[in-house]
Amino acid sequence: MVADTQPIIEMRNIEKHFGSVIALAGVSLDVYRGECHCLLGDNGAGKSTFIKTMSGVHKPTAGEIYFEGRPMHFDDPRDAIAAGIATVHQHLAMIPLMSVSRNFFMGNEPTKKVGPFRFFDHETANRITMEEMRKMGINLRGPDQAVGTLSGGERQTVAIARAVYFGAKVLILDEPTSALGVRQTANVLATIDKVRKQGIAVVFITHNVRHALAVGDRFTVLNRGRTLGTAKRGEITPEELQDMMAGGQELVALEESLGGTV
Amino acid sequence: MSETAQPAAGVDERVKEISRFRKALIRPELGGIVGTVAVFTFFLLFAFDSGMFASQGIMNWSQVSAQFMIIAVGACLLMIAGEFDLSVGSMIGFAGMMIAIFSVTLGWPVWLAIIVTFAMCIALGALNGFIVIRTGLPSFIVTLAFLFILRGFTIYFPQTIERKTIIGGIKDAAEGDWLGAVFGGKILTGLFNWMGEAGIIATFERGTRAGQPVVEGVPMLIVWAIALVIFGHVLLTRTQFGNWIFAAGGDAEAARNSGVPVSRVKILMFMFTAFCAAVFATCQVMEFGSAGADRGLLKEFEAIIAVVIGGALLTGGYGSVIGAALGALIFGVVQQGLFFAGVESSLFRVFLGVILLFAVVLNTYIRRIITGER
Repeated sequence: MVADTQPIIEMRNIEKHFGSVIALAGVSLDVYRGECHCLLGDNGAGKSTFIKTMSGVHKPTAGEIYFEGRPMHFDDPRDAIAAGIATVHQHLAMIPLMSVSRNFFMGNEPTKKVGPFRFFDHETANRITMEEMRKMGINLRGPDQAVGTLSGGERQTVAIARAVYFGAKVLILDEPTSALGVRQTANVLATIDKVRKQGIAVVFITHNVRHALAVGDRFTVLNRGRTLGTAKRGEITPEELQDMMAGGQELVALEESLGGTV
Repeated sequence: MSETAQPAAGVDERVKEISRFRKALIRPELGGIVGTVAVFTFFLLFAFDSGMFASQGIMNWSQVSAQFMIIAVGACLLMIAGEFDLSVGSMIGFAGMMIAIFSVTLGWPVWLAIIVTFAMCIALGALNGFIVIRTGLPSFIVTLAFLFILRGFTIYFPQTIERKTIIGGIKDAAEGDWLGAVFGGKILTGLFNWMGEAGIIATFERGTRAGQPVVEGVPMLIVWAIALVIFGHVLLTRTQFGNWIFAAGGDAEAARNSGVPVSRVKILMFMFTAFCAAVFATCQVMEFGSAGADRGLLKEFEAIIAVVIGGALLTGGYGSVIGAALGALIFGVVQQGLFFAGVESSLFRVFLGVILLFAVVLNTYIRRIITGER
């Protein structure tokens, strides 16, 4: 479901070397608005390095990044965030002891003026938090509920809702489902679907083929720092994806001995 | 289009409704409120006739509580921001001594001595914070170093300059000084005079002050304590900066990722703690008219205990200024109450230790409820 003719972000032949280690050896990827582009790869394939390059943490050794058609150079993550590229990390930027609404607006607190002083506008913060969470299908007991009482999936959803609310155009999700149970995973995948329908470009990093196939529009597989190709939904089977990720046929023999798809 | 599951709308059937009791329990002030009620009940029952609740008695424990409150507010905000300051006690001694040296030994006007002392203390607080942030060392160690450094200077300066460890004569120097009055004066003297005449509070019966009320007015010390508590509470709960304090102490890395200037918040809180210590010292010096090298001993721990009784977590990210103020009130009432009740005063320390232990256990339990840890 390509909604646009021009990709919102395009990475061309990105290379990244750390000293003598070549972490990325020419990776290309483009993402369109309203698309969920899954980036698959086994551990060590270079997924993390690649998305860190996309979100401004690393500077590529070679290759170009085009954002909304123009070449972009991010000096640090703030530049990327300001441009509208938000990353929801595996380890969330959430503080368990603080309420959902305080977390939601952390660093971007709404204020109102009373006389010469500026105060935290709790009313607005609480209202917006409840609204945004309801849109994502999470009913909070109240905006003052501590994030610590939420499940892992709900925390992911709060983080996603926060990124969306603060104007993300590209949302990078770094293994959002890796530590979750089945039902919570389903909830997060449903959230991804909702976000995509709002016209946001989603880059979904995972090493779980089934999670990717559940929401992905296109799939790019990384292996040992290289792109093994991009496939559209419906053009590829789970088995093919799995094989590409594992980087060869040796997994087939292993799977047969285990009696099923890993 | 895709086989995603529908989100689980509605209430999760496995989340139990939280009872009112548990909801009340997760307010940080709870321990402070319960403790305050318990302490007042106890002394009303056992020390009512001792004069503890007459005007002079009330003023007595209010003043002691106010002292604790002033340093507890600073320690509370700093602890919520995730750091400690063990140099508070030494800072009190140091600030008092500096005011004495500037105003008495060097003969500066008192207002100038106070302003320069405040500037020095706040700068030292900033240095504390800067070292903690820069080195990444625990604030426990860095401020422990300053505990010794500052105490050492507080003894060294008067010893070398005046060959003694107590410098007096500040009362005379502060006579008529506008800034001295802000720390050592009394307000509402008219009201207390009227209350004395109306027979609401006791008056002197004989002597040169016959007919005057035994309590002349509210000391500025108490005014400072109340003002600082209100300021701290509003800052913490009602401002953007307050959210940053919670965030910096809750998880500094997560806060940084969200754009909170964690280093700035922490350094500012070290400076505020030093400011509170300087307020304490100035009020004390103005009241006693002298500065002693041993002033403020162990105050850092008393401040921390008051804050913990008030429900703050030692690990940061959670707590309440109102709670800390109640912790300070409990302190003052018990310390003076034991005296009024005729109990050996050394038992006060036993009480401190026991109540500290209770508070920490309760806080840990509360944290488990909030974060859902098991």
